[in-house]
Amino acid sequence: MTGRMTRPVLAACLTVLVLLALVPLLESNYLIDLFNEIMIYALFALSLNVIIGYSGNVSFGHAAYFAIGGYTMAILLTTYEWSLLPAFVAAVAFSFACSAVVAYFCTRLTDIYFAMLTLAFSMLVWGVAFKWRSMTGGDDGFVGVDVPAFIAERVPFYYFSLVVIASAVAVLWVICHSAFGRALLAVRENPVRAGFVGINTRLMRWWAFVVAGTFAGIAGALFAMVHRGMYTESAFWPESATVLIMTLLGGMYSFFGPAIGAASLFLLERLTNEYTEYWPLVLGTILLAILMFLPEGLAGLAQAVRRQILRGR
Amino acid sequence: MLKIEGLFKQFGGFVAIDDVSFELLEGEKHAIIGPNGAGKTTFFNLVTGHLLPDRGSVAFQGEDITGRPPHRIVKLGLARSFQRINIYPRMSVFENVQVALIARERQELRFFRLAAGLCGPETSELLELVGLDEEADELAGELAYGKQKQLELAIALAENPRVLLLDEPTAGMSPSETEEAIRLIREIADARGLTLLFTEHDMTVVFGIADRITVLHHGEIIASGAPEAVRSDPVVRQVYLGEEEAANGAA
Repeated sequence: MTGRMTRPVLAACLTVLVLLALVPLLESNYLIDLFNEIMIYALFALSLNVIIGYSGNVSFGHAAYFAIGGYTMAILLTTYEWSLLPAFVAAVAFSFACSAVVAYFCTRLTDIYFAMLTLAFSMLVWGVAFKWRSMTGGDDGFVGVDVPAFIAERVPFYYFSLVVIASAVAVLWVICHSAFGRALLAVRENPVRAGFVGINTRLMRWWAFVVAGTFAGIAGALFAMVHRGMYTESAFWPESATVLIMTLLGGMYSFFGPAIGAASLFLLERLTNEYTEYWPLVLGTILLAILMFLPEGLAGLAQAVRRQILRGR
Repeated sequence: MLKIEGLFKQFGGFVAIDDVSFELLEGEKHAIIGPNGAGKTTFFNLVTGHLLPDRGSVAFQGEDITGRPPHRIVKLGLARSFQRINIYPRMSVFENVQVALIARERQELRFFRLAAGLCGPETSELLELVGLDEEADELAGELAYGKQKQLELAIALAENPRVLLLDEPTAGMSPSETEEAIRLIREIADARGLTLLFTEHDMTVVFGIADRITVLHHGEIIASGAPEAVRSDPVVRQVYLGEEEAANGAA
């Protein structure tokens, strides 16, 4: 988490971007959908890591803001027939507003109490999505989202999604490596000391939560469009757990770690499902392995290997 | 500079600070000594806002700061270091000091200003001052103990304080490290015109730096004055220096 984007990292980012842009050339609907989904979850996991890796708190309810972004987008585009840009802006703004309110309460607490409160609020959001049938479709889900014609086809939508997500990740990178990001790390590392150098730790944690919620809202809005629908599962707690696992698997002490985690988990799931129906068993084993052997995730493993090689020279 | 009146703090039934009144004058180097458990650290925690006093008031430069949170007290120019190492272990030495500067310059809510190079020259200057310029890129948590203490000092100095509170700045250091630390603290305090308030266990450090000494015993002030006067005070000799000599004799 140094301040500069080093040349190898920049090169890797551009390579990934080019490869993602080339995916539609494979002319496989399966792959286009898969990579679209991976990109959305990568952004979702990166956003969660602002809370986990940068502010040092664990959220068990991050799916709430993903769902809020998604439902708002779906409802505005379809029920109220808004056009794309206003609907998108409103969806993101509403995620911002909701996370701002929830963060006000959650950041009064720390540790497990913080985590449990995030979970409680996410259950509240799930409850609204489940019960407010006339607006959200309830447990049938909100089906048939009107996606604007120019991105209605699979390939144009893929590129739209790629541009939005790449821009969002770039902005998130800047925020995480800004003066704010640096001060946030100090809050994670040692809140008492951070207070004694003049940092308002609660305000910093509030902002971290709001940034995370807002970017999760962006991911959710894209999710509603790619699936042409929004379902209560997206607000339910296992969804929060999934994105948490992605973050831990990829590595919370690295900016790009959670994106790597999202991609790995998706690919593993698809691969596993080809051979066996016991994906939850595999997932449990993976989680066990991370916690026991890779506390810093795949990104941490890569860094350790790199250090070993440098030391060997 | 710092005026404390009738400060009182109780933990359960235990009175940690018992009606302490105390004044710190501008430019002095004031040591607070006392046996273990005398209440030195609690006193610091009350003054810097880490703990709330049950009674009494703390005023800094005529302004009542009782009950304010640490991050607001620091902004007035009252910085502190800690007895136990209190740094950011997973950040580089450079970043440890840089964060204090970012906070001092009120940049901590700049979301789109990249941190790389921010406050760079001043950070390097401070690291050089405490002799950590070569370790700038190392992880703070991997530094040797004595160097972590120096880093702690650099972080406190970065806040550009007028009054610096040091809680046992040489605790756990070897004799040679202690000597070096004394020289450094004295030099910096003189160069920057700092008012210094520090607690200390080691009498060499106390008499090497302080121009006034206050003795705390069971949460009460039992003596205060010039080093020589305090050294020859019979009560002090009995409760504190005596114990020290007895301990030395036993060892």
